[in-house]
Amino acid sequence: MRPHAHGGGARHGGRFPSIVDAIGFTPLVEVPNVCPNPNVRLYAKLEFMNPTGSVKDRVAKYLIEDLEASGRLTPDSIIIEPTSGNTGIGLAMIARRKGYRVAVVVPDNVTIERKQLLSLFGAEVIDSPGHLGSNGAVALAKHLVEKDSRFVMPYQYGNEANPRAHEETTAEEIIADCPEVDAFVAGLGTGGTLMGVGRRLRRHNPNVRIFASEPLPGETVQGLRSLDEGFIPEIFDPTGIDGKILVSNVDAIEALRELTEKEGIFAGVSCGAVMVAAKQLAREMERGTIVALLADGGWKYLSEDIWTRDLEGEEDIVDSLNLW
Amino acid sequence: MTAVRIPPVLRQAAGNQKKVEVTGSTVGEALESLLGEYPGLRDQIFTEDGSLNRFVNVYVNGRDVRYEQELGTPVGESDEVILLPAMAGGR
Repeated sequence: MRPHAHGGGARHGGRFPSIVDAIGFTPLVEVPNVCPNPNVRLYAKLEFMNPTGSVKDRVAKYLIEDLEASGRLTPDSIIIEPTSGNTGIGLAMIARRKGYRVAVVVPDNVTIERKQLLSLFGAEVIDSPGHLGSNGAVALAKHLVEKDSRFVMPYQYGNEANPRAHEETTAEEIIADCPEVDAFVAGLGTGGTLMGVGRRLRRHNPNVRIFASEPLPGETVQGLRSLDEGFIPEIFDPTGIDGKILVSNVDAIEALRELTEKEGIFAGVSCGAVMVAAKQLAREMERGTIVALLADGGWKYLSEDIWTRDLEGEEDIVDSLNLW
Repeated sequence: MTAVRIPPVLRQAAGNQKKVEVTGSTVGEALESLLGEYPGLRDQIFTEDGSLNRFVNVYVNGRDVRYEQELGTPVGESDEVILLPAMAGGR
């Protein structure tokens, strides 16, 4: 296993005993053409360079190693997880390599590419109602675990292995590549990236600031009956971040197109939202260095015509798509 | 007047309005103005001790006010206030 520390030599690439060992070690790339403040250096951490194309490979690896260490896996176990795609794809790939069975509970309105990838890695895909969003997937997965003892759930929303993956790998890489980092921006899903990276960066520099970009949920994916049905991931401590910026799908897509046009970076929709937040921060800073984490690539969103569709007057439709 | 966007889950208690115009120069005053019109929202938005329900997020121009000046966060006429339920994120 290659240690998570970068010497003075080649930082990326390398030789590994398996695809699972090749997770992480992603490049950090400066994106000056989209940075609005010449006194701020803006870097993007390209998590789509992971084996299945998203940051969630890191989490999936830690979740499975945590299950293995816990002794909860037996020969007839089925690993089950609620996910809108990326975590499930990471889990399914690693499970293939290691010989485990995986089932994923996925809102039925996610892009077709995510379901295709899950299937080709051998995961059983269980649909949850799209209008209940990820809340619905979490609830259904918990219900299935109660009903059938073969199901074993790593549960990324409440498992410390999730932030630990980022504390021990993502953050270490950022510090090695960019020790002068002043601010870090990532999307808020489970909160794992923000909690884990934040914890490690603060030990490196107590003044570092951690910002979340959050999706503005579309009207059609807010099927709650009351606020008490709301959900805050168990691993997410709101005091662990310094700010939260809400970004609509339309604004995220515009920033995403700019990233492709001006920097040649082809990323997923949540990355556009991260760029919106990073640019807001850059404008407010006098000087300094920002690291923005781009969680996945654009491939899994091509079927929604993200780069070509007319956004004018389509805000309600676009905002109701499940793109995070 | 400042516009407050009401999420679907709170709409029934807000006269089925998607957007309500309110007065006030802070988030706290804007919410009081909203509750003056729709008192049924109070139990959902605030806890008994008058702090924000942990399952509701309030944004001014996209910034979560918990990280700004909470209920003292200033709002101007052209600002947009958004109320949202705390929901599971994706991935």
